[in-house]
Amino acid sequence: MKVNGVERPAAADPRRLLSDHLRHDLGLTGTHVGCEHGVCGCCTVLFDGAPVRSCLMLAVQAEGHEVTTIEGLAAPGAALHPVQQAFHECHGLQCGFCTPGFVMSVVGFLKENPNPSPEQIDEGISGNLCRCTGYASIRRAVQRAAELTSLSPSGERAAELTSLSPSGERVRERGEER
Amino acid sequence: MTTRWFGARVPRVEDDRLLRGQGRFTDDIDEGALESCFVRSPYAHARINSIDVSAARAMPGVAAVYTAADLPFGAVDLPLLIPHPNLTHGRTQKCLASNVVRYAGEAVAFVIAESRSMAEDAAELVEVDYEQLPVVITPESAAEAHHLVHADVPGNLAAEMTQEVGDTKQALAAAPHRKRLHFRYERGAASPMEARAVWARWSEPEQRLTVYDSTQSPTSIRGGLAVLFGLPESNVDVIAPDVGGGFGPKIMLFYPDELLVPYAAMQLGRPVKWTEDRSEHFTAVNHERGQVHEVEVGFDGTGKILALTDDFIHDAGAYTPYGIILPIITAAQLPGPYRVPNYRVRFRDLYTNATPTSPYRGAGRPHACFVMERTLDAIAAEQRLDRVEVRRRNLIQTDEFPYPLGIAWQDGNQVIYDSGNYPALLDRAMEMLGPRPAGDHVGKGVAIYVEGTGVGPYEGAHVQVLVSGKVVAATGIPSQGQAHATVWAQVVADQLGVQVADVQVISGDTRRFSWGVGTFASRGAVTAGNAMFVAAGMVAEKARRIAAEHLEADPADMELVGGQVRVKGSPDKGMPLAAVSVLANPVRYAFGGGTEAATQFSSKREGPPLQSGDQPGLEATGYYSPPGSTWASGCHAAYVRVDPKTYRLEILKYVVVHDCGRVINPMVVEGQIEGGVAQGIGGAFYERLAYGEDGQLRNASFMEFLIPYSTEIPEIEIDHIETPSPLNPLGVKGAGEAGVIPVGAVLASAIEEALGVAITEMPLSPLKLFQLSR
Repeated sequence: MKVNGVERPAAADPRRLLSDHLRHDLGLTGTHVGCEHGVCGCCTVLFDGAPVRSCLMLAVQAEGHEVTTIEGLAAPGAALHPVQQAFHECHGLQCGFCTPGFVMSVVGFLKENPNPSPEQIDEGISGNLCRCTGYASIRRAVQRAAELTSLSPSGERAAELTSLSPSGERVRERGEER
Repeated sequence: MTTRWFGARVPRVEDDRLLRGQGRFTDDIDEGALESCFVRSPYAHARINSIDVSAARAMPGVAAVYTAADLPFGAVDLPLLIPHPNLTHGRTQKCLASNVVRYAGEAVAFVIAESRSMAEDAAELVEVDYEQLPVVITPESAAEAHHLVHADVPGNLAAEMTQEVGDTKQALAAAPHRKRLHFRYERGAASPMEARAVWARWSEPEQRLTVYDSTQSPTSIRGGLAVLFGLPESNVDVIAPDVGGGFGPKIMLFYPDELLVPYAAMQLGRPVKWTEDRSEHFTAVNHERGQVHEVEVGFDGTGKILALTDDFIHDAGAYTPYGIILPIITAAQLPGPYRVPNYRVRFRDLYTNATPTSPYRGAGRPHACFVMERTLDAIAAEQRLDRVEVRRRNLIQTDEFPYPLGIAWQDGNQVIYDSGNYPALLDRAMEMLGPRPAGDHVGKGVAIYVEGTGVGPYEGAHVQVLVSGKVVAATGIPSQGQAHATVWAQVVADQLGVQVADVQVISGDTRRFSWGVGTFASRGAVTAGNAMFVAAGMVAEKARRIAAEHLEADPADMELVGGQVRVKGSPDKGMPLAAVSVLANPVRYAFGGGTEAATQFSSKREGPPLQSGDQPGLEATGYYSPPGSTWASGCHAAYVRVDPKTYRLEILKYVVVHDCGRVINPMVVEGQIEGGVAQGIGGAFYERLAYGEDGQLRNASFMEFLIPYSTEIPEIEIDHIETPSPLNPLGVKGAGEAGVIPVGAVLASAIEEALGVAITEMPLSPLKLFQLSR
């Protein structure tokens, strides 16, 4: 199986879930497990490019397939992926536990719906549970991610924003306006 | 206070890590740990005749199987927090049950093995011989007491308490109008997305216990473990790493795993971890909210309340680990923002054969608010008055603060509202709500609440300026998503004249700060926020003193700006904060920017390098202990439409006007409110813990316990008013629980109007509305 673009040959018990395999055998603990019965969406990964629940698959079923986890969206130290960036800008996360699943779902969703309507956004994230945010900020984040993605599919625009936002200039200006 | 970061919408510094999948939650920690699982009671009430673990112990890969008989603390009752004289029959569970189980899900045995699947396989082999006993499941049946949950607790009565302000009997008798009302609120569950987990390691050479725990109170866990295992506290480290939501029930002293995992790690000489699965979370983790209220209210023709009595029963569950804190809060918070000149409240805290209860976001208040607001609607209906006008006529006015309620608060003191402007909340909410949308089966709901926040006893903080000029700030309370790393950095950055990005916040790690209480009761901003303010202020004062000494200036003339400590009005006369940090330690050793700068300055002072009473380093530890609770408040209002055929609920508009005093970061507070409202909507209309008569929770999964998705949650329009608290230097009040409190009351009011049926219970559902409408 290829994980985040790299072949990861590994043995797995026949009953090992893909989610547990990613987390505990491959050390990719960004994929979270919230319910283990396919409702909460915390464990969402891209399977051959499409969002799936890794808790509803066995690891052995992934043989020969390509899996992308949250760790595969942006290289360490590199700019955030536009969807990650949008969640940051819109306060689309609090405890951060459901976040990787949401981000992976939204990455898959925006590929299919690059310019989503509010109704489509609601539908697009309606397979993921969040107990902290109340969703409004996540809906705004999806809208913003669509904007960022359309600004630059290569992610250059997102990189520029990253350098500004975590308590950089933009923030200081806002603070001083008060 | 001239501030810059305080009040700004500073983006969260914790996001980057979490967004990249680099968060560190307890189950992410492995390090070759053995894994574990519980054998839990399948029955709500049963006598245990025998437990046979021999087959489980013999299974390959099993490291240990513990029952109560195997534990040195097996016979110890787990702590009863917050004892109270009225809690005459408090009971807590044992770590593992050995004689009687009193709720389905109570832990009976603990299995540790090489892998989780091996542990689960072995747990299947544990033979427990149960003899079922009669089950008490509803609070009403607990009150009838045909059966007892604890054989030695008559009437299932854990506690009874009555309080009165004024002369209710006389005032009721004299009231022109009287009404009796009955309200019922069912249990709910917080359901954080991360279930609970504990990981522990024992180092024999260092005699050191390290525990990672998804808890809201690592400092208290540490204290308890040290006592239980006979270790100095300094040999026990407890860390709450990233915690995936808390909402109350992640603070319990103790859940059995919090003792068993460290104990097993000490016994077995290997790290041990336990991660709860979702179905066991439903019954193993505390619930809240089950209450039944009988109200009698006396009022005049204008809708003004003259007297109110409430006699309610509280569903404690099988044990009272949290004492009677919940019904005490309900009793104290019931009048809310309204004048109730004569008020009598009695509660009985009753045992049932269900999961114990402890505070869940709102903690006794959503039910209190529901009862009061439903009562006001009933008065309005009877007198044919406008619902909003009835509320306005009963509100406490701005010139009445501080407002003593005459009722005891959870900290043992009397309730005194410190500040607020309730009429302004209501007026602004009505303005935002606007005209009623067209159409049939549309209803308007409104509710106003107060929330006692920021309870003591205290929190502390340690703030240190490194020789690099960067700042590290630590406090004992952990975060479960409340953006502590951002908001504490804002408070500290203002005090020290540095950037938020220069302040690293560490929370919930006893290695870095070992004193404190925990994150609960909407207390973080008030207690730890002000402790950060105090500690950073001490550091700033020390920086002024040291810099002034070296610059031959008066400390009072020094200011901390832009990473410099400089003489006011002479920006060129100063030194970097980094240099002050170097100077603060008479030993010169370091690399780093501050060292070179500091060498320009030599002490002009005589005497020893470290003065008597002084401490090395540019750092300080400060504490804040609130003199009393700060009282936040808010008004929620909504328009809803209910489909008269399917009873589907559509929330057309939902507005919140919120007052938590001065706001450190509006973005964070709005996030707390939006999340709270969503949790309130879930609890009011979608989520229901469906217990059978046999005490079995029938819907212990997210397939059937319906936490709302985005499709169920509307946009929430939020505005703030600020009545600063006079009780603390930052003027802040708590905000964590506020969003959830009035939601049930608002939706009940709106749905009642939309359908024309009386709503007296929570939660609702399409089925419930169908039944009520028939």
